[in-house]
Amino acid sequence: MENLQKTCLYDNHTALGAKMSPFGGFIMPIEYSSIIEEHQAVRQHAGMFDVSHMGEVFICGPDAEKFVNHIFTNDVSGMEPGKILYGMMLYPTGGVVDDLLVYKMQEADMFLLVVNAANIAKDVEWITAQQTGYQVNIDNASERWGEIAVQGPEAEKILMQVLQLPVEDLVFYTFRELTYEGETLLCSRTGYTGEDGFELYASPELTRTLWDKLLTEGHVTPCGLGCRDTLRFEVGLPLYGHELSADITPIEAGLGIFAKTDKPEFIGRDVLVRQKTEGVSRKLVGIELHDKAIPRAGYEIEAEGRCIGTVTTGYHTLSTDKSVCMALIEKGFSTIGTEVTVRIRKKVFPGTVCKKRFYEKNYKK
Amino acid sequence: MSEVKEGLYYSESHEWIKVEGDCGYVGITDHAQQALGNIVYVDMPEEDDEVTQNEEFGAVESVKAASDLISPVSGKVTEINEALEDQPELINQDAFGNWIIKVELSDKGELDALMDAAAYEAYCNENL
Repeated sequence: MENLQKTCLYDNHTALGAKMSPFGGFIMPIEYSSIIEEHQAVRQHAGMFDVSHMGEVFICGPDAEKFVNHIFTNDVSGMEPGKILYGMMLYPTGGVVDDLLVYKMQEADMFLLVVNAANIAKDVEWITAQQTGYQVNIDNASERWGEIAVQGPEAEKILMQVLQLPVEDLVFYTFRELTYEGETLLCSRTGYTGEDGFELYASPELTRTLWDKLLTEGHVTPCGLGCRDTLRFEVGLPLYGHELSADITPIEAGLGIFAKTDKPEFIGRDVLVRQKTEGVSRKLVGIELHDKAIPRAGYEIEAEGRCIGTVTTGYHTLSTDKSVCMALIEKGFSTIGTEVTVRIRKKVFPGTVCKKRFYEKNYKK
Repeated sequence: MSEVKEGLYYSESHEWIKVEGDCGYVGITDHAQQALGNIVYVDMPEEDDEVTQNEEFGAVESVKAASDLISPVSGKVTEINEALEDQPELINQDAFGNWIIKVELSDKGELDALMDAAAYEAYCNENL
């Protein structure tokens, strides 16, 4: 447990008796009551997550738009303030440095990049190394910002009633820069659960104030990273290090829609153009097992008597009561309905290739 | 705080065994079920399978991870707890009331290598 960072809400988690565990270099709450209860709270009512471990990197300067377009797969040309785009930063090989959200701030020539906790140092180093020839300033503000995600069908009502935030007309994948008790608060209609919800970015002090208020006045269920993973998995959202990595391209992961190869240039573009036209040899698929055994990350997928790929994430899904996984397998076996097997410890279990979304998203758009 | 039950033998990998004559019922401890969280699947051996002391004989799967079951004794599996096939959560509800396998012990001397309740409780406190 050496060198683990604590978020600004660490004391709040221990006071609630959370089960804590290392994640991405931080000591984070995995569950407070039980993963299943927290998962269902988000699907049916609302839950809140401490996601202060996420990284916030500001890019500003006269070349900011050009620079972000150079390092990011999605297209930020002419992006209006208040808009958010999802995409990736790639290596020249097409492998993924990180997946991230890009926020266009009110200030001209200013973007906020929200990146994965485990990748903050690597990302900042990567972004800085690409800076040559661009007039931009790169500010890693991760330690100055806390973040709470409030997710679930009741999230909107709670933010309006408990925090008096004007979010009713906030559109999916947009954000507002608000003031709360005299302090800056960024509120975006985004999340990682497949439910409607919001992410609140604020100073560590304000983050603690918001958490306490949501807990005591809003009675919002505190949720750990355990159910954050089961929720995102069920709706087919990727997690860096599992469905995306330096060895997996967005095309292989089925995320080509977020890589705008019609942009004239961005790092990794050539490989993606080739993969979009010539096809890929591997594809990320869903697999549903016929048995209750659970396919876990790293387990081998077999067909025709040989290994054809590996599981990237697997669970017994809580919303649909099925043993399913996402897996990166040879393209020849990726058609929906193909029969494969998964090796789980000493046994082999049959399964069928299916869509990699196991539960329908419930966004308010 | 987790519960420890008198009269059982305990292993360092958090299994318990309740000995009755030449047979023993094997399960996981309350401490283990608390650490695992919601249990959603128990991978059990079949009747007549042989198990070996300190070797894996199956797995308990919580929502987030699989955890090997390590046999506290050697012998032959005479019965598995079929109720766990449909209700693995019974272990969360009562870890000592829901055994996983029944084993016909091949060497009762192996029990000497296990801990009693007091020793196991001290072991858990040391390894928190």
